[in-house]
Amino acid sequence: MSEQSIHTSVPAELAPPGKVGRLSRLMHRSERARGYGLIAPALTFMLCAILLPFAILVVMSFWTATGFDFDTSFSLENYKQALERPIYAALLERSLWMSGIATVAAVVLCYPMAYFVAFHVHRHKMFWIILMTLPFWTSYLLRVFAWKVVLGYEGVINSFLISVGLIEEPLEVLLYSQSAVIITLAHAWAAFAILPMYVSLEKIDRSLLEAATDLGDGPVMRFLRVTLPLSLPGVISASLLIFIPTTGDYITPALLGGPDGAMIGNLIQKMFGPINNWPMGATLSILLMLCISVICVLFILLTLFVRRRIS
Amino acid sequence: MTEDAYISIRNVDKYFGKFQAVDDVTIDIGQGEFFSLLGSSGCGKTTLLRMLAGFENPTHGEIYIDGQPMSDVPPHHRPVNMVFQNYAIFPHLNVRDNIAYGLRKHKLPKAKRYEMVDEMLDLIKLPDYGDRRANELSGGQRQRIALARALILRPKVLLLDEPLGALDKQLREQMQLELRQLQRTVGITFVFVTHDQEEALTLSDRIAVMSEGRVLQLDTPSGLYERPHSRQVASFIGTMNFFEASVKGVQGEKVDISVRGLGDIAARTTGQSLAEGEKVQVAVRPEKFVLTADQPGTPSSSVPGIVETSAYLGERSHFFIRLEGLDQTVAVSAQNSAGTQAFGDGSKPVWLSWTEDSLVLLPPE
Ligand SMILES: Nc1ncnc2c1ncn2[C@@H]1O[C@H](COP(=O)(O)OP(=O)(O)OP(=O)(O)O)[C@@H](O)[C@H]1O
Ligand SMILES: [Mg+2]
Repeated sequence: MSEQSIHTSVPAELAPPGKVGRLSRLMHRSERARGYGLIAPALTFMLCAILLPFAILVVMSFWTATGFDFDTSFSLENYKQALERPIYAALLERSLWMSGIATVAAVVLCYPMAYFVAFHVHRHKMFWIILMTLPFWTSYLLRVFAWKVVLGYEGVINSFLISVGLIEEPLEVLLYSQSAVIITLAHAWAAFAILPMYVSLEKIDRSLLEAATDLGDGPVMRFLRVTLPLSLPGVISASLLIFIPTTGDYITPALLGGPDGAMIGNLIQKMFGPINNWPMGATLSILLMLCISVICVLFILLTLFVRRRIS
Repeated sequence: MTEDAYISIRNVDKYFGKFQAVDDVTIDIGQGEFFSLLGSSGCGKTTLLRMLAGFENPTHGEIYIDGQPMSDVPPHHRPVNMVFQNYAIFPHLNVRDNIAYGLRKHKLPKAKRYEMVDEMLDLIKLPDYGDRRANELSGGQRQRIALARALILRPKVLLLDEPLGALDKQLREQMQLELRQLQRTVGITFVFVTHDQEEALTLSDRIAVMSEGRVLQLDTPSGLYERPHSRQVASFIGTMNFFEASVKGVQGEKVDISVRGLGDIAARTTGQSLAEGEKVQVAVRPEKFVLTADQPGTPSSSVPGIVETSAYLGERSHFFIRLEGLDQTVAVSAQNSAGTQAFGDGSKPVWLSWTEDSLVLLPPE
């Protein structure tokens, strides 16, 4: 023990500048050390801002609500309830389903736009990108209200259909329905679909496309065998970027969903708000998180598998 | 169109906006020929090749392959394949799937396809590389894979756009040899783009020398080297000495000319008709001059000079010789022997001599 302390203290005493030199030498030599150095600030922030609340959430999910108070002794009661009472599972399933459709819609509709800018716009690309993301310069809430105006009982669509004479009474299903939520979610998150897909399409070397044509592929086969597989990273990140936040969204379903369009986020919000059952809210959050993680992993595996099959 | 031409490029122009990249090019290429397009950067070689492949359309003119006009045939239906300047290896596929890429149309069973790929891998001498990814390959290996990917389809024409440009000298020479051998064994028509004149001379059956979108001269390697039609071609291929001259008298093929630096000498025309008093240029390759210490027996085709500088290159030496009445020095290249060492010091005059058929008469600048 004493021997060791002598060993370590001697070089430090002798040459403090040498120590700095050694650190920078280490940084130089080891790429990994440099990498850790770079992510250290972000990592520290993440640890404080994400892991800590998450830990609190996990701990809380094992508590139980008793009247206005929480019983802080360990219990699996919440999880039991969440799995047993059908309302939870149904809401969870509906949320995943609705945001799944919104994600697919956003990605499928935005892919052609990203493709167009990447391959057919040769000048002022930045201008086009800005143009496409222009709607996202207004606040999320404003966009949701805008859709309310469009889809509402006396909204743009209904008045148009009535004035054209296609319908006599306003359609009530437009607003306060699942489709209203899906449409709004897909639109509200479109920028998150366009940008990553644009970046990955833009990166594709044009001579690869010419090579595919040269080797006998028509435009469709070339798209399936080269363009799509090479832009898959963009498609995957776009999908995850939309699917993960929309599943837990509660503003859009609260404003546009009505009773049919409520999602799990609304229930969680209620648990932490009016119902005042924080432990149950925590449990539902964690279950939601687990579901999303499993689905994301499956999704990534599936896309990689498909990519291998196509090529 | 000549009868046996396999590829026929007829009066092709290509404009990019107002800029003319290819200017009235007419070329016939025979089946199984190794044909090169040679020219400096930006002279339109790639553009011409891309028009053959179908990635660009001629603004005017027509391209025929195997007698068929190509203007309405899209690239994926043309009987040509291309090896791209940057190889264009698909990064999401391994080597085997890269090479098998074009076989999809042939509707072969997978085992048969992979058998063909393995044969190809043997041919390009990369037998164990099937499972590698594109980013795990060296430049030379990529180049060979790009070649295999095109060759496996047995195209009638292979277009190669400076395929050896990125390789070091040694690998480059090795690949040149392999390319030439490959072309002989598979019997495919090669159209090869390069800006390296040595490479073009080594590999090709015929070469088109291009400049600013036009074909300056289309000839065999020896034809280009021995009988260039213009000063531009002559100076682009190898080194050449130029002398100003004027015609004194014409008798059929034989002409008497007065050459600045060389005096009044006899020469022969190569087809062109010259008139008395006309200005011409005389071009002589450095190795066509003979250096001797004493005056040779043919006073009408020799002049004395002083060696100004010399460079020893092992097998050969280069001498730069000053002649009376001439501003620039004359480059002479001679095989090294016991005698040539003595020329180097420039203390004594040397004699420069030549034969009639080593002189090339060119139009004046
Ligand atoms: N798509 C295009 N639009 C406008 N100009 C072009 C285009 N492609 C080529 N050019 C121009 O046409 C000329 C010929 O180009 P090309 O690529 O055929 O040259 P090259 O002979 O292959 O040169 P290098 O040896 O450098 O590859 C160049 O001046 C180039 O700037
Ligand atoms: Mg080129």
